[in-house]
Amino acid sequence: MTEPGARETVIEVRDLAVGFGDRLVNDGLSLDVYRGEILGVVGASGTGKSVLMRTIVGLLPKKRGTISVFGRDMDALSEKERQSVEKRWGILFQQGALFSSLTVKQNIQLPMREYLDLSDRLLNDLAMLKLDMVGLKGDAADKFPSELSGGMVKRAALARALALDPEIVFLDEPTSGLDPIGAGDFDELTSTLQKTLGLTVFMVTHDLDSLGSICDRIVALGEGKVLAAGDMSVMLKAEHPWLKAYFTGPRAHAAQLGRKNG
Amino acid sequence: MFAETSSLTITGGGRHSGLSPGEAKPYLRTRAGILRRFRCGNTRLASAGYADTGLKAAGAEPRLAPGADADGRVIALSGDWVMANARAAEGALGALSFQDGAPVILDLSRVGRLDTLGSLLVANIRAMAKEHGAAMTLRGATPDQLLLIAEVQAQPDTTPKERPFSGVDILVDVGKGMHGFGKDFVGGVSFLGGFVAALGRVIVRPSHFRTAAFVKQLEAFGFRSVPIIALISFLVGGIIAQQSVFQLRTFGTAAFVADLLGILVLRELGVLLTAIMIAGRSGSAITAEIGSMKMREEIDALRTMGLDPMEVLIVPRILALIVAMPILTFIASMSGIFGGGLVAWVYGDVSPDVFLARLQAAVRMNTFMVGMIKAPVMALVIGLIAAIEGAAVRGSAESLGRQTTASVVKAIFMVILVDGLFAMFFAAIKY
Repeated sequence: MTEPGARETVIEVRDLAVGFGDRLVNDGLSLDVYRGEILGVVGASGTGKSVLMRTIVGLLPKKRGTISVFGRDMDALSEKERQSVEKRWGILFQQGALFSSLTVKQNIQLPMREYLDLSDRLLNDLAMLKLDMVGLKGDAADKFPSELSGGMVKRAALARALALDPEIVFLDEPTSGLDPIGAGDFDELTSTLQKTLGLTVFMVTHDLDSLGSICDRIVALGEGKVLAAGDMSVMLKAEHPWLKAYFTGPRAHAAQLGRKNG
Repeated sequence: MFAETSSLTITGGGRHSGLSPGEAKPYLRTRAGILRRFRCGNTRLASAGYADTGLKAAGAEPRLAPGADADGRVIALSGDWVMANARAAEGALGALSFQDGAPVILDLSRVGRLDTLGSLLVANIRAMAKEHGAAMTLRGATPDQLLLIAEVQAQPDTTPKERPFSGVDILVDVGKGMHGFGKDFVGGVSFLGGFVAALGRVIVRPSHFRTAAFVKQLEAFGFRSVPIIALISFLVGGIIAQQSVFQLRTFGTAAFVADLLGILVLRELGVLLTAIMIAGRSGSAITAEIGSMKMREEIDALRTMGLDPMEVLIVPRILALIVAMPILTFIASMSGIFGGGLVAWVYGDVSPDVFLARLQAAVRMNTFMVGMIKAPVMALVIGLIAAIEGAAVRGSAESLGRQTTASVVKAIFMVILVDGLFAMFFAAIKY
């Protein structure tokens, strides 16, 4: 791993405030995401993890602050420039958000058809390749999302997120709703794809195993801000009561134990 | 922050990688295989240069040049082999040629960027070489590129083939349509049975009747429909009166507009207009509601709590429709006659006294009853079709839309059909 000083920042969030009505969910939040890292974002329910993600990708309006992606201030971009930035990230929504009236293959092909000039053969091959990369078998290609299991939906949605070979992938609780083995597989898949495709991964998660096994850096949110940022050792030393409870509580011990025995 | 893409080639250290064609099994690979390959490899590429592409522009055009050098036959790739250049990259493969059995070297040292598309084409070249029995080795690829290429395998051609259109397709379609019609009919009858059974259970144990739901639906289907139904009937009544007066005036019998209007509106139009409005307004609502509940597994949740969806959801809705329909029909009829009378007075100079006297002479109790008897039957037909279509919704948003459309179209069709059957029936019994 390169030393922090030499790392390129792909997402830079400064003094961000987002809220609904009078209540601010994020208030004065600043955050950096470096190229090529897997960043885990944790926090108690309602601390604005998903809100942060949705604000960065432009689904929620912010009240204050700046967000820069690839060194460009998202507010300063024209519609067209914004679109070209959007083509460089992929998003895995918590429930997958696959289009229910399209087959898995058509779901993956949708962004390709929209933005690329591809022959039918290549369009087909690329979609099958993405499916292969996320570990889905070919027969899943022509199924509709309603015919897939929870784990398959997540994989198919990841394949769609990867359709345009993005540089940043946002994952919103990718392992929630998966069994521990499935979750472990998914973590490994994320790590593998991150290496082969050189992805930067922004992962909102509750899963201690994911945090421990694949995340390079962890950012803990609370009180509208970043409580702590760093790797697992920083988290374990943190003084904040919620962080203490989260990383050194009984569930954390169980996760540690599981890892040692496994 | 956007490093020059040419920095890629400097980092390239993997000359003559060990990837031989024998190692790759393009069509057969398991996920376990992918993972195993990386389980031990701990070389995290903190900054994968390939991805550093600025605002992904098309970049240099991908080119392919066959040739030879000291090492043997060489296919040299150059330019950016990325998705934005897909057509050009695919076209460049046209320059490929293999000599049977002669090994080739694929030289990537002058390739700028390479993404999954580029890797897929490399895999395709490898597959083509294999077809010709030629061994292929890579050279000049960066470690990042090698990692990606190792991950990507040529895909079997599964592009859907277009089938030529044939006349048989039409027959197949017609056959399927008829079969579907038959299934609809059987399904409708069995659903009616289920509804009657649930109604029976509710009657035997009145405590099972969902009064709150019933009242809520009655408000939604009945009370909230009053303005639009009254307005439409008023307008249609007026239009009929205007046309009638216009035609009858030539015979000097404009006052007979009351006979025509009274019988037409009370027997047919009041109930038909109401039924069509209710099918569009409430039938579609029932289908969409039950359909989306089904999509979100809410119906399954009810079932697991030991509650009968028929009893909880369908019975209150259909009963509310059955109660609301006659009331709405009555309102529609009155509103239609009022609108007609108003037009007859203003446009046809038929005074209200004359109009009402003619109306009284022309209309008997049974004229009124014919419309009212039909109303609850129409409500039952609309409610059953709406519920059946709602239950037929599958997982997709598209199917919800399709079933809602089907619900409205079928309900309006059935309402008109039932009206026709009633007309024949009443004519036969001379009512």
